[in-house]
Amino acid sequence: MTQTNPDLAPLSAPHILEYPYTRSVGPVVGRFLGALRDRKIEGIRASDGRVLIPPVEYDPETGAELSEWVDVGTSGVVTTWSWVHKPRLKHPLRRPFAWALIKLDGADTAMLHAVDAGDESKMTTGMRVAVRWRAQTEGHINDIECFVPEEAE
Amino acid sequence: MSEPVMGFGAPIRLEYNYTPGLASSRYLRSIAQRRIVGQRCPSCKKVYVPPRGTCPTCAVPTEEEVELEHKGTITTFCIVNLPFYKEIEPPYVAASILLDGADIALFHLIQEVPEGRDVTMGMRVEAVWVDDADLAPTLESIKYFRPIDEPDAPYDSYKEHL
Repeated sequence: MTQTNPDLAPLSAPHILEYPYTRSVGPVVGRFLGALRDRKIEGIRASDGRVLIPPVEYDPETGAELSEWVDVGTSGVVTTWSWVHKPRLKHPLRRPFAWALIKLDGADTAMLHAVDAGDESKMTTGMRVAVRWRAQTEGHINDIECFVPEEAE
Repeated sequence: MSEPVMGFGAPIRLEYNYTPGLASSRYLRSIAQRRIVGQRCPSCKKVYVPPRGTCPTCAVPTEEEVELEHKGTITTFCIVNLPFYKEIEPPYVAASILLDGADIALFHLIQEVPEGRDVTMGMRVEAVWVDDADLAPTLESIKYFRPIDEPDAPYDSYKEHL
């Protein structure tokens, strides 16, 4: 077997590609995010009376334009969840957490967010969780830092 | 009602570890020695720079190394008016440069264009290298290309390489 000459080995170097996009959110998601800045969560009423969170511009069944805003609670119920053992760089928490669908009080649909439960054994479907707001809000979904088990707040 | 949000920054950042492969590594090491070394296809005889180790047309390995001139011809170019590459003040010219003896153009910056002279297709240019101490296995070892005092190359001499 021949010795590999380090002068002939393939090179390698970090290569970072970054696209500085700005995402336009539209009037409905824009209002939803604006409310988060004020630590409020607003849903929108669908044609069949359900309250949708996050809100959408058009009715998912009829396509009708939606305009009736409804304040919902900042606590709710976990409808399903998945534990993340090793958070990745872009995840909202640096420690193990759960991605969960959370149906907020007064809402009829669940939204996805992180639950900081400390340990997977603390997670159950049907458990109650509450918002933990970020200290500085800016009108972004990350204004909700995460949800936490309700008794912990 | 709260002040609505119009939009938010949503950058996409991709962090790669780039490995150029054996052929391009040899090429990059030659750059660090102030040399530009391509490879010739044994079948169609085209000279590739940077070399990739194979000929994409003939699908055969390229092994013969060819040292190229540091001079070449601008085949096509664009004037950049937006400051997306922060090290260089716009406007500036980025050009495809066909090195003498090569069959594929390099893309690089054009600088030192004399006052009153426009960059043109066919313009003859030469590489301006960094100082010896700054030579490294990167095409940034060539700072830019600049026009030289030679007549423009005729269109027919580079039309196959546009």
